[in-house]
Amino acid sequence: MGKTIAQKIFDAHHVDSPSEDTYVIRLDAVFCHEITTPIGINDLVKRGKDRVFDPAKIKVVIDHVTPAKDTKTAIQGKMLREWARRHNIIDFFDIGRNGVCHALFPEKGFVRPGFTIIMGDSHTCTHGAFGAFAAGVGTTDLEVGILKGVCAFKYPGSIKIDITGCLREGVYAKDVILAIIGRIGVNGATNKVIEFTGPVVDAMPMEGRMTLSNMAIEAGATSGICLPDMRTVEYLWDFIKDEYDSREAALEAFNQFASDPDAEYDSVIQFDVARLEPQVTFGYKPDQVKSVREMQDTKIDQVYIGSCTNGRIEDLRIAARVLEGKKISDGVRGVVSPATSHIFSMALEEGIIKIFMDAGFCVTNPTCGACLGMSNGVLAPDEVCASTTNRNFNGRMGRGGMVHLMSPATAAASALAGHITNSRLFQL
Amino acid sequence: MKNFSGNVLFLDRSDINTDEIIPAKYLSEVTKALLKPYLLEDLKLSGFNPEKDIHGKSVVVTRENFGCGSSREHAPWALELNGINLVIAESFSRIFRQNMFNCGMMAVELPKAVIAHMFSAFSDKETRIESDIEKSSFIIQSGDQLEEISFGISSFDRDLVAAGGWVEYADSHY
Ligand code: SF4
Repeated sequence: MGKTIAQKIFDAHHVDSPSEDTYVIRLDAVFCHEITTPIGINDLVKRGKDRVFDPAKIKVVIDHVTPAKDTKTAIQGKMLREWARRHNIIDFFDIGRNGVCHALFPEKGFVRPGFTIIMGDSHTCTHGAFGAFAAGVGTTDLEVGILKGVCAFKYPGSIKIDITGCLREGVYAKDVILAIIGRIGVNGATNKVIEFTGPVVDAMPMEGRMTLSNMAIEAGATSGICLPDMRTVEYLWDFIKDEYDSREAALEAFNQFASDPDAEYDSVIQFDVARLEPQVTFGYKPDQVKSVREMQDTKIDQVYIGSCTNGRIEDLRIAARVLEGKKISDGVRGVVSPATSHIFSMALEEGIIKIFMDAGFCVTNPTCGACLGMSNGVLAPDEVCASTTNRNFNGRMGRGGMVHLMSPATAAASALAGHITNSRLFQL
Repeated sequence: MKNFSGNVLFLDRSDINTDEIIPAKYLSEVTKALLKPYLLEDLKLSGFNPEKDIHGKSVVVTRENFGCGSSREHAPWALELNGINLVIAESFSRIFRQNMFNCGMMAVELPKAVIAHMFSAFSDKETRIESDIEKSSFIIQSGDQLEEISFGISSFDRDLVAAGGWVEYADSHY
């Protein structure tokens, strides 16, 4: 019987099996941000274990609340800064050079096919877009990752989701993943890896694959993986060109982890997108999904474009195409947060920032911001936000607020209309 | 080893997520102890009053997919600070379940029918659970009504509970 990509990665990183199906695996990278790491650092210090397994494999960013909004968040940043310095962690990204972790680390070339990565952040699954096994973990796992460079998981079973058909204009990766979560449910992939395959994934730019993988956790998945191909190599080429003679050679090396044709899956789901319309959530769970048409006319108070799901340059370009030359509705506050400093400068150069500003959007610095209701766009009770983020949990963007998840195109169109609506790119 | 016995808090809902267990706005705390008053502050469950209902409880019994959402270990910590070291459910999100054992706490899965029985037979009255980890069994008791329920956890999970969590285990093994 053949193996899946996740199983091959596990086999190649196996350190120990303390019980039958538990695999302790070696980690290629441990990512850290200022919300979940300081409390872990405190704990390690208290235990007399303030060490790191390999400073070169630890990548650190301040992204969730930056600039700091109060004394507490300032202390979190300070602790992380001092810790990185004390352990000679070179890849530390502070304000001015930072960005939302899951957008920043791929952009810096820190992810490779076949890598094992953990981070104290549930959306770490995003990095699976590169054919890596990347999983969010809690603080204790993070501490052990920092200290020993290992983490324990169950040997992974996978669900293969084969995405076929041709996406209609105005329908994007975000609509696909929302529809998938709507179908399999918030618990549909718990303890499993989702492997996204099929012509729709093959045709997607890395940005779209990251959007797909990013939301795998919303179906409970440990990681969401896309198989590496020439697009993956192309995206990483600047970082790997000294390691391989040619792009083809790089791809061949990466393909050692590719799933075997006879790999065993827990289930295989065929997902045809040919008739898929733009999607939006309606409740407090990401599997409560309807078509935008059904949710048409839902009034909104705020539009948020950003986050690790949809704050990348592709997303801003798409939203700007909808907004160009128009003004957002009077009753709506528009907030856009380019996910990284690099994305921000690209958007400036391409005139995208001006389009947003002319349309009446507030442009913030790169940060998680409103996504988790800690800063930059918290909702008042009973307010409604059309958002390109990944979580619509009760209270997520501020107590009593309601979040509708959608694509950047739908969010931009909704900003213009003042209510949820389809983008003009989508003709029924 | 921690205490895994005591009065039961029944939470009759599936998919209780980590934002409900401990809202994100408290993640800026770098000291665990400060989380204590905010446990289940945003739980959407009719009739539930965190200020009254949590006090004096040591075990949570709930339905499916408990602890879904963010990876925050603040969720088990907030439970632990309130004296709750054991959650029994039909199922858990992976990260939450792992976080519990990593902290030397227990997240135990029981079949849907058993959970349903626990709710129908006990949830409307004061109920205690006594845990016998060696025997892998719970005694659930209310008044003179008493039942024994057996459970399974892996030997690794058991080792984590015995070691007091994953940091100590990993540092001595790897
Ligand atoms: S943008 Fe939102 S979901 Fe992504 S890492 Fe930041 S807080 Fe988490």
